[in-house]
Amino acid sequence: MAAPTRKKKKSPGKKSEATASGAQLLSVLNDDGSAVIGGDPGLAKETLLSLYEWMVRTREFDRRMLMLQRQGRIGFYGPILGQEAATVGSVAALDGEDWIFPALREGAAALMRGLPLREAIAQLIGNEMDRCKGRQMPCHYTYKEGHYYGMSSVIGTQISHAVGAAMAAKIRGDKAVIAGYLGDGATSSNDFHAGMNFAGVYRVPLVMICQNNQWAISVPASKQSASETIAIKAEAYGMPSMRVDGNDVLAVYQATRQAAERARRGDGPTFLELVTYRRLGHSSSDDPSKYRDEEEVKAWEKRDPVDRFRRYLSGKKLWNKAKEEALNQDIADEVNAAIKAAEAAGPCAPETLITDVFAEPTEQLREQFAQVEEVNREQTGEFPL
Amino acid sequence: MSTMTLLEAANKAMQHEMANDERVVVFGEDVGLKGGVFGTTQGLQNEFGDDRCFDTPLSECGILGTAVGMALYGLRPIAEIQFLDFIYPGFDQIVSEAAKMRYRSGGEYTCPMVIRSPYGGGIRGGHYHSQSSEAYFCHTPGLKVVIPSTPADTKGLLIASIRDEDPVMFLEPKRIYRTAKGEVPDGEHVVPLGKGRVVREGSDCTIVAYGAMVPLVEKAALEAEKQGKSMEIIDPRSLVPLDEELILESVKKTGRCVIVHEAPRTCGYGGEIAAIIAEKAIEYLEGPIARVTGFDTPFPYALENLYMPDVRRVMSGIAKTFNW
Repeated sequence: MAAPTRKKKKSPGKKSEATASGAQLLSVLNDDGSAVIGGDPGLAKETLLSLYEWMVRTREFDRRMLMLQRQGRIGFYGPILGQEAATVGSVAALDGEDWIFPALREGAAALMRGLPLREAIAQLIGNEMDRCKGRQMPCHYTYKEGHYYGMSSVIGTQISHAVGAAMAAKIRGDKAVIAGYLGDGATSSNDFHAGMNFAGVYRVPLVMICQNNQWAISVPASKQSASETIAIKAEAYGMPSMRVDGNDVLAVYQATRQAAERARRGDGPTFLELVTYRRLGHSSSDDPSKYRDEEEVKAWEKRDPVDRFRRYLSGKKLWNKAKEEALNQDIADEVNAAIKAAEAAGPCAPETLITDVFAEPTEQLREQFAQVEEVNREQTGEFPL
Repeated sequence: MSTMTLLEAANKAMQHEMANDERVVVFGEDVGLKGGVFGTTQGLQNEFGDDRCFDTPLSECGILGTAVGMALYGLRPIAEIQFLDFIYPGFDQIVSEAAKMRYRSGGEYTCPMVIRSPYGGGIRGGHYHSQSSEAYFCHTPGLKVVIPSTPADTKGLLIASIRDEDPVMFLEPKRIYRTAKGEVPDGEHVVPLGKGRVVREGSDCTIVAYGAMVPLVEKAALEAEKQGKSMEIIDPRSLVPLDEELILESVKKTGRCVIVHEAPRTCGYGGEIAAIIAEKAIEYLEGPIARVTGFDTPFPYALENLYMPDVRRVMSGIAKTFNW
């Protein structure tokens, strides 16, 4: 794949277009839910309502799954409270043919792409309904029909995969755009540099979306990098970038839409830094009170993305208390039914221990499995146990 | 049939598959116009264009990570790592990503890709151009590991690797890139992975060797013949999956086994072969298993000849299986 010769382009004048700028932050919504003057993208009513519904569903799903974890019904959970706008706004701005390479807190993207809720919950449990066949820790969804890829737990490796997929899309002449997600911590990884560099060199159809939620487990973004912003790092890779208010679903939607259109036109990758905040621990195993000030969390609660967007919709007379109650009830019913269905599924079949290592198990794998089966039958008379 | 070197056979295999399947792409450092530092990709960019054969920035992590992404999307990437010694910045992408993709996604996503890399010593390359680190990859579930020793096998195994549905480490013995010459079938030629080759039939002792060690043990077998000992040589060709049957059948016949590899001895692949024989054919053994290997040292520069297995050491290994 030839690295295209770059022409110097005039830098776009409008504030909302991607530039290699530093600290400027794209916002559409004010905290009171009003739109900044001239900033309202004027989305169709159906789009607005769908964005809101997904944010509420994401929040309720998240709340209930954390609760299941606390009750011992699932082993682990990585909550996304406060980051709903970042995932919902960006995924909604993509086309169905576009691919999603998520990090830990983009699970809602799989749901938006059509992963049935019960299958998502089955993934968290790790049973026979789980598409991963119980082989991954919770929050590692996979959904190929929706072009949602199943990540590993290694930070940053998905960046190069997103770039590689974008290279492949370009080689094949497809119109698909690749969305690659990462967190602030991943900007320190090898793959961030390698992937960003390749993306810039080959000018691939890619939107890199960094959810800067300020914390990589216990390490604040200020200790992750001495760079003034994360967005500015893109400049060194010849890639335009934008800092976006990640708690503002309209700003996220608008920025992603522009970046995806740019990629689809063949104008190359864009880097988005979505400035947001992780309000809970890194995971159900983390206690953030050990390393951060509650005051900081409270300050971000005031910028809650769901509340802000609800105020915007109310202001436009698109939303009211009755609609809110009906939606909450529908989603609660939906989640309850999905939990019930997922918990009713049986355990993973023992044979899945050795399938999918390769397309066909090797002789060695069959032999290893047969030995375990024999031992169990001999000693307990049963298999599976 | 055409006579060619092992290096030319690798080139012909890629050319054949690029013509055969437009999903096949070849990339890596200096593989484009230059045709690779050894010349294995010579002419591919001219023939297939720079969308199908292209140079990359100097980053093994980037080469291997983007190869995974290309495979996920539906291409059949062949990533060249210039020397196996340089692969470690991309090790994570091989062992944590490519090797785990099918399993972790329950079979939804797969990584049909080939990682080609010249490996091994004997070329005055010092520590960073000589290592045989095949054992790291054999120890990683989800990876196939293939090492040819002849031009015909190079073409046939590389074509099979490119068509395989899983990631394959295709390690090329650079020491014999140009010295191994032989007849190679023209056109379609596939050697299935997981099938070893009887290099030479014999009755007194089995020698298991792969890559550049195969021509070496062939010389040793001739020496042994002068002493009245008949050597059988087995080249497993793929270490994963391994043709255990072929090795076990041979050892059951001869009652003796010498395993030869360049890699350091401790946890080297020879240990695995020895263990399989001990578990499944110990009652057939008439003497101890012998290993002739590299040393548990970093690969030396000045003392390379002392480090590498040679005919004398192979002969000593054979003797140990008879005299104990």
